[in-house]
Amino acid sequence: MSQYCTFALDGHVFGVPVSSVQEVLRSQDLTVVPLAPDDIAGLLNLRGQIVTMLELRARLGLPPREPDAPSVNVVVKSPDGGAVSLVVDEIGDVLAPSRDAFEAPPDTVPASIRSLVTRVCKLDTHLMLLLDTERAITSEGMS
Amino acid sequence: MDGLDEIIGEFLVESHENLDQLDRDLIALERDPSSSTLLASVFRTIHTIKGTSGFLAFSILESVTHVGESLLARLRDGELALTPGLTSLLLEVVDAVRSLLTNIEHTGAEGTQTYDDLVARLAAVLDGALPEDPAAPEATDDNAEADEPGEDGDVEESAEDEEPEAVLPAPTTLGVVPPRAPEAAEGPDPAASEEPAEGRRSVADSTIRVDVALLDSLMNLVGELVLTRNQMLQRAATREDVELARTTHRLNLVAGELQESVMKMRLQQIDTLWSKLPRVVRDLSVQLGKTVELDMRGKETELDKTILEAVRDPLTHLVRNSIDHGIEKPDVRTAQGKPAHGTLSMRAFHEGGQVNIEITDDGAGIDPTRLRDKAVSKGLMDRETAARLSDHEAVNLIFTPGFSTAEGVTNVSGRGVGMDVVRTNIERIGGAIDLSSEPGEGTTVRIRIPLTLAIIPALVVAAAGHRFAIPQVNLLELVRLDAAQAATAIESVHGSPVYRLRGRLLPLVDLREQLDLPAVQRETTYVAVLKADNQQYGLVVDDILDTEEIVVKPLGTHLRQLPLYAGATIMGDGAVALILDATALARRAGMTPEAELGTLAAHGTDAGEDAASLLLVELGDGRRAAIPVAAVDRLEEIERGRIERAGHHEVVQHRGQILPLVRLDHVLHGDAGHQGLSTLQVVVCRQGEQQAGVVVNAILDIVEATLEARTPLDSTGGDGSAVVSGHVTELVDIAQVFAGLPSGGRLAWSA
Repeated sequence: MSQYCTFALDGHVFGVPVSSVQEVLRSQDLTVVPLAPDDIAGLLNLRGQIVTMLELRARLGLPPREPDAPSVNVVVKSPDGGAVSLVVDEIGDVLAPSRDAFEAPPDTVPASIRSLVTRVCKLDTHLMLLLDTERAITSEGMS
Repeated sequence: MDGLDEIIGEFLVESHENLDQLDRDLIALERDPSSSTLLASVFRTIHTIKGTSGFLAFSILESVTHVGESLLARLRDGELALTPGLTSLLLEVVDAVRSLLTNIEHTGAEGTQTYDDLVARLAAVLDGALPEDPAAPEATDDNAEADEPGEDGDVEESAEDEEPEAVLPAPTTLGVVPPRAPEAAEGPDPAASEEPAEGRRSVADSTIRVDVALLDSLMNLVGELVLTRNQMLQRAATREDVELARTTHRLNLVAGELQESVMKMRLQQIDTLWSKLPRVVRDLSVQLGKTVELDMRGKETELDKTILEAVRDPLTHLVRNSIDHGIEKPDVRTAQGKPAHGTLSMRAFHEGGQVNIEITDDGAGIDPTRLRDKAVSKGLMDRETAARLSDHEAVNLIFTPGFSTAEGVTNVSGRGVGMDVVRTNIERIGGAIDLSSEPGEGTTVRIRIPLTLAIIPALVVAAAGHRFAIPQVNLLELVRLDAAQAATAIESVHGSPVYRLRGRLLPLVDLREQLDLPAVQRETTYVAVLKADNQQYGLVVDDILDTEEIVVKPLGTHLRQLPLYAGATIMGDGAVALILDATALARRAGMTPEAELGTLAAHGTDAGEDAASLLLVELGDGRRAAIPVAAVDRLEEIERGRIERAGHHEVVQHRGQILPLVRLDHVLHGDAGHQGLSTLQVVVCRQGEQQAGVVVNAILDIVEATLEARTPLDSTGGDGSAVVSGHVTELVDIAQVFAGLPSGGRLAWSA
């Protein structure tokens, strides 16, 4: 049974495989990159490694976060061996749903999200949208 | 002889590595005798050693490996099955080869042991005999049927012609060689030479091969350490803790030395790149019907692997260009009284922490008039501008994009892409390229490139609360203007701001504007004068913070499309700062090659013969002195506490070097008025390869002065005095400054 690290974004619950998550960081000093696209929140110093922070709301076409609203960095491994940080609203629990709880994303999931969501998991009270981490962090999927 | 020694050295290192692999392979093979890949690998290794030993005339080695190879060939072809007995025999071959190699390494010869017995036993196996099996006697049975006495032809041959002639040459070689290695004097006993003299490491043990990825990660770690050190230094500076200060000082030293050692590990000789050139030169000159002699000096000059890769193509291009356009055909040359064969000389050397490469040909040279005409006909500039260019500037037009001087396009070069690409590539790695040419005499191209790219000195500036790093190679000077000065000195040409810098108009680029950052109103304007692609501009920033050694880190894939940033780095306080690409910034600001040629031309007219750039300084007793800017490397502020002593001289450690300090007061026999100051103003001067820090009381200005009222009067019999900016100023003779330093001013480099 696979484990998923969950987090909240604009009221949705997303999940990524635990194996792809390197670490979760709460507030971090970030360096803004002038002229960078909207979905790049900035750069952060992760023990000497410079990590790009992706604003996942912008990636998914969701409305921007309220100013001063708290955010959390989910640092995931990138295919080139480095790391990329996904900026999310709030971190959730690690879940291990059974295999048959998964389904293809229903049409009710907004189109902007659907491109980066592979499957949907039916939990007791809500749905967990399984994020395609690789697509979410590679530049070609960029809006 | 040197060449041969080198070949033997390489052969030894390679063979030792191969033998270790062979041991492992054979043992693995015994476990899995059916593996054809393992067998093939073992076969290849033995085959390689055999081939090279034959070439180097090590006949015993050749005979042993030859029979070993024949046996392996049988095994590989499935004619024999591997038994423990055969494995032992093959391991014996490996041991024999190893001991022969050890002998060769220590005495230069193979030694007296001829391994007749081993060769005979191997030959016997090839003839169909069963090998005796000391390790596992029961295993021999399955060998019986595998042994086909079918093709004995080559087997017999190998047994026959190896043995007799293999034995003979060895003793004769031995008699000749001992003088080469001191150990051999003790006697040609192979056992003695197997144990090397104490303290001496064998060739194979003194070097190891390391994965480049591992080196890169080590470099990263050292980068981290350097950053942590910077943080420590910043913290420690604010505290009154002597113990902490001492520890950080020590950390500073160790980190510096570690950084240098790791950097050295990444260095490779330029020969790895040059060794390909003789072939290029030969092929090209044959193709073009020219005879060219290639003369290469400084092959052992070392530079970082990444830089080496980056200059590979530009260098090849320049060499091809020299042969194609530079050197004339033999009949033309003889008609001009030159030797029929052209000479292409390449020189590489280190100077001031940079690598210089010079490519000189004795060909036709470049005619500056033709280049001026061409620039006009291509519409790059008008005739007057072209006429104002000096010859040197005119020949350097060759690096302008879209400029080709070849009369006809050959398949070698001359399509007008090339020289500009060469320059772009050199500048991308922070280098500079310059061409000088004497029509009819030849052309010299000089390239200056940094030793390494991983850690570079940079200037940190601030704009709208952000910090940015600018590589020091792009920086020319810094200008600070207060509100009143800014109001008059900054003018506008067609709506774009310019600054009048010593009579020259310098285009200004506002960093905040370029980066879409909010403008911040400040009292003072700071301008960093940058050069990129031969153009100069002033970058307006909010503040100039510091110079720092920074570790360059690449940006993630998401940000690669932003050419403005050359990378990022981590500052002393742990925050990330972006590194600005001065060239991309100029492009973004809309600066064009015309603007570049404009400044170039203006520069050409301004710098007349009798005008000189002078750095004005003040001495302790209020006198003024002027140092030629040409001799000045940079200006530094050095804290008193950093001054140490070496012999009778004051020195300061700077960027891993020991910089000797010279008090200008002493040179000019004045009163040392600045003893009490906590920071010293130091003008780092250069003469040839020497550097020295000239300590002055204050740095006043840089002026472009025509030295009108000049007298031979001064305190030392130096260059005399002149009136500069309305004050009588002594002109510092830089040679005199260096004359006071020990042994021509050369102090040892720190380790």
